[in-house]
Amino acid sequence: MRLTLTLRAKSPIPLDLSITVGPGEVLALVGPSGAGKSTILRTIAGLWRPTDARVTVGDTLWQDSATGVFLPTHQRAVGMVFQSYALFPHLDALGNVMLPMGHLPKSERAQAARGLLDRVGLEDLAGRFPADLSGGQQQRVAMARALARDPQVLLLDEPFSAVDRPMREGLYDMLQGLRGSLAMPTVLVTHDIDEAQRLADRMVVIEAGHAVSSGTAAEVLCDPRALRTLGLREAGSMVAAVVEGDEPDGLSRLRCAGGAVFVPRVVDPVGTRLRLRIPAHDVMIALAPPQGLSALNVLPVVVRAVVPGEGPGVMVRLALGEEEILARITQRSATALGLVPGLGCYAILKSMAVARDQLRR
Amino acid sequence: MDWQALWLSLQLAGWTVALLLPVSVFGGRALAFAQFHGKGVVEALVTLPLVLPPTVLGFYLLVGMGANSPLGQVWTAMFGQGLVFSFAGLVAASVLVNLPFAIQPAQRAFEAVPPALREAAACSGLSPLQALWRVDLPLAWPGVMTAMVLTFAHTLGEFGVVLMVGGSIPGETKTIAIAIYDRVQAFDDRSAGTMSLVLLTISVSTILATFALSQRMRRGHRQRRG
Repeated sequence: MRLTLTLRAKSPIPLDLSITVGPGEVLALVGPSGAGKSTILRTIAGLWRPTDARVTVGDTLWQDSATGVFLPTHQRAVGMVFQSYALFPHLDALGNVMLPMGHLPKSERAQAARGLLDRVGLEDLAGRFPADLSGGQQQRVAMARALARDPQVLLLDEPFSAVDRPMREGLYDMLQGLRGSLAMPTVLVTHDIDEAQRLADRMVVIEAGHAVSSGTAAEVLCDPRALRTLGLREAGSMVAAVVEGDEPDGLSRLRCAGGAVFVPRVVDPVGTRLRLRIPAHDVMIALAPPQGLSALNVLPVVVRAVVPGEGPGVMVRLALGEEEILARITQRSATALGLVPGLGCYAILKSMAVARDQLRR
Repeated sequence: MDWQALWLSLQLAGWTVALLLPVSVFGGRALAFAQFHGKGVVEALVTLPLVLPPTVLGFYLLVGMGANSPLGQVWTAMFGQGLVFSFAGLVAASVLVNLPFAIQPAQRAFEAVPPALREAAACSGLSPLQALWRVDLPLAWPGVMTAMVLTFAHTLGEFGVVLMVGGSIPGETKTIAIAIYDRVQAFDDRSAGTMSLVLLTISVSTILATFALSQRMRRGHRQRRG
């Protein structure tokens, strides 16, 4: 089951893009608020009818302005998680999850709904009403309800934005746990890059209704076009690493493509695959192995390209084995160092963060 | 004490409520959610009976339903008797007069249902009618009930329009409100007082019963599956 969407509209927001999401794939739409991300989801769900749109799911045509086809929302097998959850306040958790089960015989609904609540970790709270559930619990009910219809497309509209950070970790894990069993395409709208990196297979950066960049998380975050939208602070790269062991001074030694790197002690056992997030503005470049420097992590790299930015800065794409890291330096430094593609040099990493590599199953 | 008049009033109120319940639900919901040209005009017309003097309203109804009017002629041809000065005419007038009471509280209640809930209902595969029954109505029910109670109570007390359209025919159009007026005119303060007290009691207990019912319904939602 593959979802395709082509969309053109002038108001309320100008939109012009097309996206495709494969079966079992999670596509994240990222971008600033007002960029049209939610409108895209609402179009897929049929909650909004733009003048020019075409939506297909598998072999089924849901909408085609050219031929006037428009399936109303209740006839589209979508599961949608709303930003505000939109749980039915007059029904308890079980009732909320049972409501979309019109396709099941009445006698099977309660059991199926309990099964879903079980999968989102709420088996004990089936009788609670939304008002008596915490934000995170409501989110889980909303997720179970979205899956209750056995949807062909799963739509998540900023599903975690109303939950505080610590709670989100659990919800991310829940979604990751569900993912293995979800065969339908999923579209996740978020303005949180980390969330998109963590949950999505691919992301599309939306700016003023246009897709300015798309690809895997690594591809997008190395793309200067995406950075114009996302902001330079978000620019960075993800590098795969394996835990090699603990150092006696409280650091952990990890192995990445360019060699060993040291990070504050990680709890994961030796052999665990992790991802290192390296902010582009925390990478310096040296032509020779630096001497007398406090930075611990220095990796040999090769310049792939020097991409001019919009101000005095440039983005330098550095090959680290098969992978790529980004360095944000000034145009003046790049000129002084004579950085040209193919030049070997050293990347000095001032900081990095460890992200669990949960997407690689 | 004119029991016949009381019974007539209760019948009139019952018929009015029965006829206006679907109008309240579908009209209230339509005005709450639908966007169409002339919506403001429709809302203004629904409100009109609130501000129009009952005698004026009654006059136009008299003209509109009279024996010489098209409606009156059709009615007479179908049922063999005129619409004015009959119980049926009284019900028709009562339905019109009570439109604002039946529609406005329901409309406010439907408007209070968050749009996201209706969208969630659609995303849950509920057709508009199923969504009305399973989501909108359970949430807007107190408003609809308020509308019906107001309609009932207001019909019991309606005087001006009833007098204009129905006259005061015992057993046919002489409601309790008219009977009270009748007794006062005849200096029969005792009967007037008794009937007023009965009307007051009925009104108060109707309202109390409704309040209790809506309280229980709200609690019942919480306990149903417990």
